Amino acid sequence: MADVLFPVSLDQALDLLAKTEAPAVLAGGTDLLVQVRQGKKTPGIFVSLDRIEGAQEILETETEIIIRAGAPLARIMAHPAIRDHGSVLAQALAVLGSPQIRNMGTLGGNIMTASPAGDSLPPLYALDARVQLAGPEGFRRMPVRDFIQGPGKTALAPGEILWQANFTKPAPGTCHWFEKVGQRTALSISMVSLAALFRPDPDGRVSKVSLAWGSVGPTIVESPETETFLLNKPLTREVLAGAGDLARQAVRPISDIRATADFRRQVAGNLLMRLETPAKGKRLTRY
Amino acid sequence: MKLEFTLNSAKVTVETAPDRRLIDLLREDLGLTGTKEGCGTGECGACTIRVQGETKLACLMLAAQVQGCDVVTIEGLDPAGHHPVQEAFTGSGAVQCGFCTPGMIMSLSTYLAAHPDPAPEKIREAVSGNLCRCTGYQKIVDAGLAAARALKEAHRG
Ligand SMILES: Cc1cc2nc3c(=O)[nH]c(=O)nc-3n(C[C@H](O)[C@H](O)[C@H](O)COP(=O)(O)OP(=O)(O)OC[C@H]3O[C@@H](n4cnc5c(N)ncnc54)[C@H](O)[C@@H]3O)c2cc1C
Ligand code: FES
Ligand code: FES
Repeated sequence: MADVLFPVSLDQALDLLAKTEAPAVLAGGTDLLVQVRQGKKTPGIFVSLDRIEGAQEILETETEIIIRAGAPLARIMAHPAIRDHGSVLAQALAVLGSPQIRNMGTLGGNIMTASPAGDSLPPLYALDARVQLAGPEGFRRMPVRDFIQGPGKTALAPGEILWQANFTKPAPGTCHWFEKVGQRTALSISMVSLAALFRPDPDGRVSKVSLAWGSVGPTIVESPETETFLLNKPLTREVLAGAGDLARQAVRPISDIRATADFRRQVAGNLLMRLETPAKGKRLTRY
Repeated sequence: MKLEFTLNSAKVTVETAPDRRLIDLLREDLGLTGTKEGCGTGECGACTIRVQGETKLACLMLAAQVQGCDVVTIEGLDPAGHHPVQEAFTGSGAVQCGFCTPGMIMSLSTYLAAHPDPAPEKIREAVSGNLCRCTGYQKIVDAGLAAARALKEAHRG
């Protein structure tokens, strides 16, 4: 039998992690308790984030959005500040799992799972998000792209807690786009996904492009070559087709039960074709 | 541990292992077998219950997590078992083997309480975390729409 502890402050939680045998942080449990059920993990004790003050908060400052690790996915995607300034993330969370999974699952849990198919990750990379880790010696911060080190691997040290992710609000007029290709509509793990942020100038040329693909490499894939290629160009079919070729060279997909590497490579480029619409003056935002 | 929470509007106190799965506590210790276990890994929604007003999966929760919480299972939705969503399910032929039904009804009743005037595709989304191997879903969507109408009428009095 493993005990389940409910610290009420971050300090108390860190203290428990330091003093207990084989502790596991329990957030929504939608990854952890599946692994426990499958016998892949046998925690000595569960340290729950449920009742830690502030651990579920979503905060907006003049320049920044801050999402605490324990914030449930459903609340993040419905939050007005996220819809206004992080729509790419809201779009991704809207197609993560199912309503029940989104009520239970948290952003921190999704980041910590560090799956190449983790749906919050391409948006967080595209938003240039940073994470803040809490440990016995205080906080440390780093870009999420440095924090994620491989499938299921992060830079979190034993005894640390992922406390929050934060990103600078994209400039007004930025288009947000997320698309996931899966085998079905709901409860679908991504075969390929793309998060895109870009700002069309009044003449249709884009400045500032950020692209991040999921499920086409051991971690999220970014492609500075593709981004540079698109800069200062209008997003016409021809331009996007050229960018698609570059993207297909950048990705490092594998074949698995969900899709072949060739399919993933092809679709990773094809997904860029969707970005054509907003260049014609429509707003490419689902919220 | 001593676990105290509100279950179907009544205060309960039980002695349990803190890491007992909530579904086992409900079904085996408290005898509430309306909540079903299909997959045990979050995929099927048969174990859907309401915790603090939100739908959650009893197979992926530990007993200790509901300390002090308000929990509603299918048994507590309506004392007589005649909640408008339950009536709509029988009326629309949305029940075949019935295994998915409690979870479906928990998802739909929770959704309709917050969204009284849903479009058919919203009903589909509301039950997108609940799998059914029998009905093909159309009759479940029909039941959802019928329930929405009934709830609105009840509201008007
Ligand atoms: C049926 C089903 C469908 C799913 N569909 C999707 C999907 O479509 N897309 C997707 O991306 N994911 C999906 N998932 C995976 C999962 O739901 C998400 O990754 C979710 O965000 C995990 O969050 P959680 O709070 O439940 O994490 P938990 O299970 O509580 O934790 C996951 C891991 O992270 C650790 N951890 C959690 N929070 C912290 C923290 N703050 N600090 C340190 N360590 C921490 C835990 O110890 C554990 O090892 C699905 C899962 C299920 C069961
Ligand atoms: S039994 Fe809980 S989701 Fe299937
Ligand atoms: S009625 Fe049999 S699973 Fe839905």
